[in-house]
Amino acid sequence: MSAQAPNDIAVAAQELTRVFGSFTAVDRVSFAVRRGEIFGFLGPNGAGKTTTIKMLTGLLAPSSGRGSVAGYDIGAQSEMVKRNIGYMSQLFSLYADLTVEENIAFFSGLYHVPREKRAARRDWVLEVAGLTDRRTRLTGELPLGIKQRLALGCAVLHEPPILFLDEPTSGVDPLSRRRFWDLIYTLTAGGTTVFVSTHYMEEAEYCHRLALMNRGKLIALDAPARLRAAATEPLFELKTDDSLKTVKLLQRMAGVREAAMYGRAVHVAVADRAQARAEIPRRLKQEGVALHGMDEIAPSLEDVFVFRVREAGGAPVD
Amino acid sequence: MARKEAIQLRRDTRSLILAFLLPVLLLVIFGYAISWDVRDIRTAVLNQDQSAHARELLDAFRASGYFTFRSDLARAQEIGPLLDGVGVQLVLVIPPDFSARLNAGRPAALQAIVDGSDANTATIILAYTRAIVLSYSLDAQLQGARVNPPVTLESRVWYNEELLSRNMIVPGLVAVIMMIVAAMLTSLTIAREWERGTMEQLAATPVARAEVVLGKLLPYLGIGLVDVVVSAVLGVWIFDVPFRGNVLLFMGLSAFFLTGALGLGVVISALARSQLLATQIAMIVTFLPAYLLSGFMYAISVMPAPLQLLTYLIPARYFIVVTRGLFLKGVGPEALWLQGLLMIVFAALGLGLAIRSFRKELG
Repeated sequence: MSAQAPNDIAVAAQELTRVFGSFTAVDRVSFAVRRGEIFGFLGPNGAGKTTTIKMLTGLLAPSSGRGSVAGYDIGAQSEMVKRNIGYMSQLFSLYADLTVEENIAFFSGLYHVPREKRAARRDWVLEVAGLTDRRTRLTGELPLGIKQRLALGCAVLHEPPILFLDEPTSGVDPLSRRRFWDLIYTLTAGGTTVFVSTHYMEEAEYCHRLALMNRGKLIALDAPARLRAAATEPLFELKTDDSLKTVKLLQRMAGVREAAMYGRAVHVAVADRAQARAEIPRRLKQEGVALHGMDEIAPSLEDVFVFRVREAGGAPVD
Repeated sequence: MARKEAIQLRRDTRSLILAFLLPVLLLVIFGYAISWDVRDIRTAVLNQDQSAHARELLDAFRASGYFTFRSDLARAQEIGPLLDGVGVQLVLVIPPDFSARLNAGRPAALQAIVDGSDANTATIILAYTRAIVLSYSLDAQLQGARVNPPVTLESRVWYNEELLSRNMIVPGLVAVIMMIVAAMLTSLTIAREWERGTMEQLAATPVARAEVVLGKLLPYLGIGLVDVVVSAVLGVWIFDVPFRGNVLLFMGLSAFFLTGALGLGVVISALARSQLLATQIAMIVTFLPAYLLSGFMYAISVMPAPLQLLTYLIPARYFIVVTRGLFLKGVGPEALWLQGLLMIVFAALGLGLAIRSFRKELG
């Protein structure tokens, strides 16, 4: 595998599979991540994102299939893989009972950062995390958003070419999340490949390419804009005086694929555009629902995701 | 790695207190609990012969310091209810003809009724009673009594006082405590990292397994050695146990024993991965064998043959020989070379297994 991987491929997976007992967490997943790319992994909890990342980072052996990271086989050369990646796990995983500086020093040691570079790398991490004046604070006392930036900083102390982030911003407020992403962009500008999983739709938009996962399977893989454009069903947004009743009515109508409430409006995916324009207003009027507006809209990533999951024949696992 | 662990330990007051207090607590509790029963025997007396002889005999009991007299009984009917409760462990009955028989030159009997519900304690009480009666008889003989022996006490006992003497307990305890504390502390520290998710982060770095294991062990080895000193000093100080051997030899062998026990702790935590489970396993695989099968509590020679074979696998068995030898006998390397060698083997085995069992892989 490693020999065949072209030079511009940072991460590759071929039929990667992991089975836990009778449960297949990751089911024959294949993809390739280009160097310098921000590659997003989008899917609900339990879709297999974390398991895939753990296999790629050498933490978990695949049941079958192969993978390579930075040109090294994830099974046979997992120690070489570990030298070339930074990894930030789902759980906050710095030592809460160490100070900011102690954590940085500890991870510098773990990642074999050369001694003469340690001070410079430490100052860099303190700066990007905005912790220069809080370097002697206990890590556990910091706000979550800052902790996550510190964790990211610690994961790239050794300037790895590839960075794995497993839901790095879950539980972080939107502003901190935005700042975290600024940091990711800074890193990719320097050539780092970023492999990031998330279940936030708006975060998925930041990625260069996006892999949609559901129930262990890869159900779509493309740039976010193209994923949206490729959605094959026309989508309408309806504004009515009774959204709940509208949804119930639409769900029983022929030609309606999906109807769901979006805030105070209703989104409806239909099989045929012209038929929908004619049938839906007539049906609503018949039932006494006042229709204030009906516009065709571009699907959001969430719409795409819901559509793709349905197309793949399974609802998201809760 | 070791530095980080040391810093964390310093901040983790709870673990530190546990690390230092646990051995002290165990030593004091076990040290006292096991010897307590034979120090303060609650005694009642039914003296049916208010004579000088009877008083002398009772004074001999009093003077021994092992008995506290709780009550004087008037009638034999009071004995039953008294022993049924927990107030009294021993009733001494001096029959009405006690002094008359003595004066007449015939053997006199002293009846001792013991609460036998705790067989061990009862045995010891009987043993003490017999010893006092014997010495009283000797005194009486020296003072010119014509009969040999003047006072008799009937008892059918197997006699195992040595095992329960404090001097044997304390050095053994030091060994048992080291085993428990060492295995417990390390199993907690690694299991905690699994629980908090930091171990996953660690596993994703290029750090070597030996580095993690040694880093974990070193600070705890330091603590363990301090614990050894503390319990040894306490043993000498509180329990008046002699220490006759070479201190350096003692510390050296302790260090090897600790390394082995700490390694075992790492193996346990690598298998358990949760603090609760790790503690329980550590308890079962270290405490029970060290306590029951090491020769600390029960003499190995009286165990059934299969169990005796099993004891050869218990490291504490050999370490107890070391501690007892050094505390009580003051022997040197010439007597302990085999145990010393086994300690080194145990240390190497513990460390090797620890590094092997510690995987940088999940699931």
